[in-house]
Amino acid sequence: MPVLNIIQAVNDALRLEMRRDPRVVVLGEDIGKFGGVFRATSGLFEEFGADRVMDTPLAEAGIIGSAIGMALYGLRPVPEIQFADFIYPAYDQIVNELAKLRYRSGGQYTAPVVIRTPYGGGIRGGHYHSQSPEAYFCHTAGLKVVIPSNPYDAKGLLLSAIRGEDPVLFMEPKRVYRASKGEVPEGDYTLPIGKAKVVRRGAQVTVLCYGAMVHVVNDAVERAVAEGLDPEVIDLMTLSPLDEATVLESVEKTGRVVVVHEAPKTCGYGAELVALIAEKALLSLEAPIVRVAGFDTPFPYTLENEYLPTPERVLAQLFETVRF
Amino acid sequence: MREMTPQQRQPVDPHVPQHALYALLQEDGSAGPGAPRLDDVACVTLFRSMLQLRTVDRRMVALEQEGALGFYVSSQGAEATILGGAFALRATDWIFPSYREAAVALWRGLPLASHVSQLVGSAGDASKGRQQPMHGAWKDLHIVSISSLAGTQLPQATGMALAAKVSKKDDVALVYFGEGSTSTGDFHVGLNFAGVWKAPVVFLCRNDVARLHETAASSYAEKGRGYGVTSVRIDGDDVLAVIAAIGGATERARRGKGPTLVEAVSTGTDAIERFRRHLEHRGLWTTELADLEHTLSAELDAAVAEARGAGSPAVETLFDDVYAVPTQQLVDQRAQLLRTRRPHAVRSVRG
Repeated sequence: MPVLNIIQAVNDALRLEMRRDPRVVVLGEDIGKFGGVFRATSGLFEEFGADRVMDTPLAEAGIIGSAIGMALYGLRPVPEIQFADFIYPAYDQIVNELAKLRYRSGGQYTAPVVIRTPYGGGIRGGHYHSQSPEAYFCHTAGLKVVIPSNPYDAKGLLLSAIRGEDPVLFMEPKRVYRASKGEVPEGDYTLPIGKAKVVRRGAQVTVLCYGAMVHVVNDAVERAVAEGLDPEVIDLMTLSPLDEATVLESVEKTGRVVVVHEAPKTCGYGAELVALIAEKALLSLEAPIVRVAGFDTPFPYTLENEYLPTPERVLAQLFETVRF
Repeated sequence: MREMTPQQRQPVDPHVPQHALYALLQEDGSAGPGAPRLDDVACVTLFRSMLQLRTVDRRMVALEQEGALGFYVSSQGAEATILGGAFALRATDWIFPSYREAAVALWRGLPLASHVSQLVGSAGDASKGRQQPMHGAWKDLHIVSISSLAGTQLPQATGMALAAKVSKKDDVALVYFGEGSTSTGDFHVGLNFAGVWKAPVVFLCRNDVARLHETAASSYAEKGRGYGVTSVRIDGDDVLAVIAAIGGATERARRGKGPTLVEAVSTGTDAIERFRRHLEHRGLWTTELADLEHTLSAELDAAVAEARGAGSPAVETLFDDVYAVPTQQLVDQRAQLLRTRRPHAVRSVRG
């Protein structure tokens, strides 16, 4: 089985689906002849041509707005927003328009657009190339939000997203775009959207994480295990809709929870997880639920490694929570 | 110079002063040279629709003032632009209205009671009462869901037009908007993408105010030129001029010549009276037509009664159509709402 990184897995998924389904088109800034700034669409223009691999003018609202129109016509557009930090000019088209078309038309219209966008820090990108804006979109009825952490999940989830009937924000952890490598089947397979994965079974504490933070957590957990702890790690994979059952089952078993995300702490996705557990598993808890998150500051350039959760911060919290 | 159809040669320069707007209907009711040839039946049908639009509009304004409608904005005076635009299309072409043109659905064959059901939010609405008045959607009529935000529909129409083009179909998208939308980012984005892609889309700007405001441009149509979008200014109260301009634009679009921006300027004249004189000029004016307003009003009475009689959509439908398949969260929330709506549930909380 070939070993791919996340970019290659995304590229593989796009190519496979474009060969399988003539309705699938990709569009975005520099995604055609150039192959995308991260090369995720590399080679697609050569294989599928300008009618299916469309270079767009530089305007995110236009990319998403036109993708909506294409989807209404019956195509399956997969627009790329070059960096998640650039998604805000398209926010209205995503939140008011794309996400709501099915509901507001009483189910007459659907717009199955899959927006791919690299997100997150740790690449010396500063404020405009490092943000994790997932919470804004998880608060948006009608939209699904998917964040894979590794190549195998990226391919399987992206194929599911494109074949689904709902709009999906597909956020790719660019910090581990190339660093995360793994075996990826050559052919077709899908992973269900809305299903989390227990990546390590353990008894003492549940660690909830997604995207690039899964790798930070794995580092921390490896060291924790060496020092005698036994954490359970859940990679959420889909943030909306959340796989509540997998989360609650784990919390009921361990009674202790640490949430890790790199987005700012206040009203971050962790807040929703904490609220869910408080609503549905309060009596299982043995310790306060704690969030290890980015701080409530704008994303900093020089001090990004102080801002981002590190294995050390996660490790310290694991000990504190287990020993509470 | 872009290739143009004969009808477009006159109005193509957006710098023409307003008194020289492209128009076809003359004072005496005759049609000027280059006018589209409508047969007698088409003329009478179009007149009837224009009058129906006004009849419905007046009634809805009254109902809104009584508090019977949650929202309503009059389209009075825009009948020629709304219907002339739709008239010039094929039934399979796509329409992206703003809320002022919601009644265009009647032209496409929407039953009057269904239209009123959307306005009153009853169960007879095709969109299940999900949106406020004038924000309907009719997929079977190729009319896209309407937004409150000005201009959002422009890049969507461009994208749909491009989709038709890359799918090797000759469908055209017509997008309506008011002159205020020409200030929005989505207007410029929609035109720019259309120009770059040569998308078969027609932008129909309804300039209601008959004057320029909040723009430094000499006309709204002028804004299209920088994007490579052929731009024309016409008399928006002259239904034949609208049909000619939109007809020319759709024909160009189908031939792969790209997008057109049509600025339909309201001249403050009565579009219906002007077209009525045309009917008279052609000998089509009858006593039956003279009494048409009463007939339309009676039809509307019945439609309003039917729409209101349909009642509200069922509570359970609140949770439908968020996703293709309801999430567990929505299933739980629906169950919770239905549980707490039961009278005994409230009593038990109160002890």
